[in-house]
Amino acid sequence: MKAETKKVLVDPLVDNNPITLQVLGICSALAVTSQMKTSIIMAIALTAVVACSSAAISMVRNHIPSSIRIIVQMTIIASLVIVVDQILKAFVYDISKQLSVFVGLIITNCIVMGRAEAYAMKNPPWDSFVDGIGNGLGYSLILLIVAFFRELLGAGKLFGIEILKLTKDGGWYEPNGLMLLPPSAFFIIGLIIWAFRSWKPAQVEAPDYKISAIAHGEGGHH
Amino acid sequence: MEAYISLFVKAVFIENLALSFFLGMCTFLAVSKKISTAMGLGIAVMVVQTLTVPVNNFIYNALLKEDALSWLGITGVDLSFLALLSFIGIIAAMVQILEMILDKYFPALFHALGIFLPLITVNCAILGGSLFMLERDYDFGESVVYGVGSGLGWALAIVVMAGVREKLKYSDIPDGLRGLGITFITAGLMSLGFMAFSGIQL
Repeated sequence: MKAETKKVLVDPLVDNNPITLQVLGICSALAVTSQMKTSIIMAIALTAVVACSSAAISMVRNHIPSSIRIIVQMTIIASLVIVVDQILKAFVYDISKQLSVFVGLIITNCIVMGRAEAYAMKNPPWDSFVDGIGNGLGYSLILLIVAFFRELLGAGKLFGIEILKLTKDGGWYEPNGLMLLPPSAFFIIGLIIWAFRSWKPAQVEAPDYKISAIAHGEGGHH
Repeated sequence: MEAYISLFVKAVFIENLALSFFLGMCTFLAVSKKISTAMGLGIAVMVVQTLTVPVNNFIYNALLKEDALSWLGITGVDLSFLALLSFIGIIAAMVQILEMILDKYFPALFHALGIFLPLITVNCAILGGSLFMLERDYDFGESVVYGVGSGLGWALAIVVMAGVREKLKYSDIPDGLRGLGITFITAGLMSLGFMAFSGIQL
């Protein structure tokens, strides 16, 4: 594998993660993560769409007039999402019901548009495909971490298999109901961002406002 | 009438698009640094939502639903799989039309909204609203109410968020949490607050 390809693939995992750093594609990251099963399907669906749409857009990039490029990108993305949606309905119907509108919302998932606009319009198809896979994996990583904590702490299960025995079944673990509710996803992502940034201090944002130290002896007078 | 009011309250508070379905989060987090811009974006989203949900409802019922084309004498055609593609097309078109109308007749508002108008096309709250309308089978009247209500709910959430963030920048936050991290935590707390509405029986 070429060094460049590898960089494009690995970079979005931590160093340039679409969720924690580029702030893209957060909507679905929060909404589908109460179970591992739905999140893994969502992660695969999104990765497939990003990779294929980036490749497709990159193939036609030299023929798209820039004034209508958004519409063209949208059409390509929407067609791919329809394909994914139909496949999910055909093979995993109950999961597709649980994901409800969020499969359709891959169209407006900013990761897909963002990568199309920022990378696929300027690079050849193969690199764009790999970039799509890389960003899809970065997204999947966060999705699975969030889902892992939410399902484990909220229901004592992983992939529907019991890990921590609940008190109501005679076990010892009292489930944390908050984890199954929407707000917990915000908290977990916030904490993941904190963890990532403590590990890679270069990602820390500069403060908007600095508290200046009061000069010595000036404090008590006013 | 009562059904419409309860649907409206539900769309604004209980099923707030931003805080209980996480729709439009990208813009919600990116554009909520100042109250004035948040307000502009909120109004724009509300207007677009009010227009697109009913229009999409009409298109779906008149053209795409199973046997919907029977008024043309064509039966047995089910185009509902095209819903995603046509919804996004209509949203893009509506935003474009709105942009031209505002530019011609309300230039002040047009300049206030600026870059946010075209960005609304890719705001998941808009497409999400239409998809929820589809999933819950709203009729035309309900879709109008739902469009206004969900748009207002989203606008409310982003303005409140901006209010919190304007104060938040003066606080001393741990390095790694500054910016995006603390914004997520704040949104979580707000979402927790909005959950208090879920006890309301309508």
